[in-house]
Amino acid sequence: MAGLPPYASTGQRVWYYTFRFICALLFLFLIIPILVIIPLSFNAEDFFTFTKKMLALDPEGYSLKHYRDFLTNTDWQNALYNSVRIAPMATLLSVSFGTLAAIGLSQSHVPFRGVIMAILISPMIVPLIISAAGMYFFYSRIGLQGTYWGVVLAHAALGTPFVIITVTATLVGFDKSLVRAAANLGADPVRTFFKVQMPLIVPGVISGALFAFITSFDEVVVVLFLGSASQKTLPWQMFTGLREQISPTILAVATILVTISILLLTTLEYLRRRSERLRGMTPQ
Amino acid sequence: MLAADGTPLKASLARALRRQKLRALMLIAPLLLFVVLTFIAPIVDMLWRSIENQLVPETLPRTVEALKDWNPKSGEVPGEAVFAALAADLQIAVKAKTHTRVASRLNYEQPGIASLFRQSGRKVKRLEEGNYREQFLDMHDGWGSIAVWSTIKRFSGDYTAGYFLNAVDMENTGDGAQFKSEDQQIYLFLFGRTFLLSVTITFTCLLLGYPLAWLLATLPVRTSNLLMILVLLPFWTSLLVRTSAWIVLLQQEGVINDTLVTIGILDDNNRLQMMFNQTGTIIAMTHILLPFMILPLYSVMKTIPPSYVRAAKSLGATDWTAFWRVYFPQSVPGIGAGAILVFIVAIGYYITPELVGGTDGIFISNRIAYHISSSLNWGLGAALGVILLGVVLIFYWTYDKIVGIDNVKLG
Repeated sequence: MAGLPPYASTGQRVWYYTFRFICALLFLFLIIPILVIIPLSFNAEDFFTFTKKMLALDPEGYSLKHYRDFLTNTDWQNALYNSVRIAPMATLLSVSFGTLAAIGLSQSHVPFRGVIMAILISPMIVPLIISAAGMYFFYSRIGLQGTYWGVVLAHAALGTPFVIITVTATLVGFDKSLVRAAANLGADPVRTFFKVQMPLIVPGVISGALFAFITSFDEVVVVLFLGSASQKTLPWQMFTGLREQISPTILAVATILVTISILLLTTLEYLRRRSERLRGMTPQ
Repeated sequence: MLAADGTPLKASLARALRRQKLRALMLIAPLLLFVVLTFIAPIVDMLWRSIENQLVPETLPRTVEALKDWNPKSGEVPGEAVFAALAADLQIAVKAKTHTRVASRLNYEQPGIASLFRQSGRKVKRLEEGNYREQFLDMHDGWGSIAVWSTIKRFSGDYTAGYFLNAVDMENTGDGAQFKSEDQQIYLFLFGRTFLLSVTITFTCLLLGYPLAWLLATLPVRTSNLLMILVLLPFWTSLLVRTSAWIVLLQQEGVINDTLVTIGILDDNNRLQMMFNQTGTIIAMTHILLPFMILPLYSVMKTIPPSYVRAAKSLGATDWTAFWRVYFPQSVPGIGAGAILVFIVAIGYYITPELVGGTDGIFISNRIAYHISSSLNWGLGAALGVILLGVVLIFYWTYDKIVGIDNVKLG
C-alpha cells in the first residue's frame, strides 16, 4: 500500500483509511501497556491507577517516592545485586561456549550436524516450566540446587541457543576467501581468527551476548525453582511482589527495565546496520 | 595421482577432510558437553522420575517378595507370611524413618494409606512375636482392606506406569487401566483447556498480527523501520514488566475500568471482571506473544513481490480477489511459522497465567509447578511434564519441517 492511487474509488478510499485506523489501534495495543506504566510509576499515592491530581497534571500528584523505595529497600537492592551478579556470569559462559560452537557448526563438513543442532537449540524449545522442573530434580541430586552456580549454569544453558543462532547468522555471510587470503599472506590460524574473522563476526557475538544477557536477566521460572532466598533476582522479586504485596515500586522497577530494553534495542539496531555496512550490503 | 608430499591424492584429501571434521567437532564439543550436562541430563532425569518407583521395593523388600504369591482377586487379606514380612520391614523402616516417605508415596495412589502407615509406625515397636496378622488387624482396620494390599502389590515393582496413568486421569484397579470417575478427572480437562486457550491465543495473534505484518511489509523501508520499533520494544521488554502492565490495566480498580467509569460507560458498582479469569490470560498472552507472530509473518511477506498483486488487478481482479487468490496463498508459510511458534510458546506458559489467570485461566504448567513445589508429588509432576514436552516436540518437529530451525531469525 504505497500510497493511494489517484483513480481509487470511494470504497477503496474508505477502506484505505479504515485499514490504517485499525493498524494504528493495533500498534496502540502493542505499545500502550508499556507506556502506561511509566507515568504511573511517578504516582504520589500507593495506587496502581491514575489519581485525580495526576490527571490534572498537578505536580503534587507526582513523586519519585517509588524510585526512592527501590533504591533504599533492602529486598529490592538485594534482588538487583543478585541479578547483576548472575546475568553477566551466565552471559560470559553462553557467549564463550556458544561462539566457539557456532564457528564449528558453520564449517562445511560437520558430522551429525542435525542431531548436534537439535541438542544445542533444545533449551530454547523446551518450555521453561519443564526445564525448571528437570533442573530442579537433577540439580538437587548433585547439590547445585539453591546455589549461585546452579542458577548461573542453568541460565547459561538457556542463553546458548541465542548465541548460536546470532553468530551462525553472521557467519553465513562470511566470505571464506578472506581466511584463505590471510593464510596465503602467511598468517597462522590463530592470527587469522583474531585479525580477520573475529572483527567481522563481533556484531553477531555482541547481539548474541545481549540476547543471552536479557534471557538471564528476565528469567524467572527457572530461578524460582532452582534458587534459594539468597539468589532472589529482580524478576523473582517482581513476581512475588505482584502476587503478594502489590506495591507501586514494581512500576518504578518496570520503568527502569523498559529504559534498559530501549537501550538494548538501540544497540542491536546499530550493530545490525554496522554489520550490514561492513559486509557491503546497503543498510535497510 | 599423487599429492605434493607423495601420498596418493585420494588418501591425502580424505585425511584433510577427516581433519576438518575433527576440528569442527573439537570446536563444538565444549558447548555440547555443557548443554548435555546442564540441560539434557535434567530432562532425562525427569523422564526417569516419571516412571521410577524404587522407594516401595527398597523400603518394603520382604513384604513385596511375600506379596508375589497373593492374588487380590481371591477376595481375602494376605496370609500370615506377608504380615510377618511387613512387621520386619516396618521395624527397619521406622528406625530409618523411611516409612513416612513410602506412606506419602502410596497415599498418592490410595488416599488414607499415609495415616495407616504413620499410625502403625508408632505401634510397630510393641509387636510381639508370632500371630502378626491379628496384631496388625488390631492395630488398624486398614490392614484388613483388600484395596490397600492391592495398591501395595501394584506399586511393588521398580518401575511404574502409575504416574502417567494419573496424569491422564486413569488408574489401575487391578483389572487393567480405567478412567477415573468423572468428578475426579482433572488433568485431561486441564490439558484440554491449555490446548484450547493456546489455540485461541494463536488465533487472536494471527488476527491482530496479519494486518500489522502486511502494513510493515508494504510501507516504505524508512517508515516501516520506525514502526518496527513498536513491535520490537514489547518483544524486548521483560515479561514481568508486560504482565504487571496488564495487571495495572485490567484489574477492577485498574486503568481500563477507571476510564470506563469516568466516561460513564460503566457504573461504579459493576466494573468489568477482566482479570483472574480466562479473559485476562488471553488478553495478556496475546499481547506478549504478538511479536512472535508478526516477525515470521513479516519476513515471509517481505519476499512476496508486489508485482503479482498488481498483475492480478490489471487482469481484472477486485482488491479482495487479488488479495485472497494471489497474496494470501503466498503468505501461508509465514502463517504456519508464526502460528506454530506462538502455539509452542503459549502451551508451556507459566508466569502470566499464574499472575492473571485466577483459577479458570491456568495452564497445565501451573499444575506441574504445584506438584513440584507444593504437593511434592514429583513423579506426577514429571509425568505431566513429559507429556507436555512430547506435545511441544511434535509441534517443534512440524515447525522444523516447515521452516527449518536454521532459518530462525532473531530481532
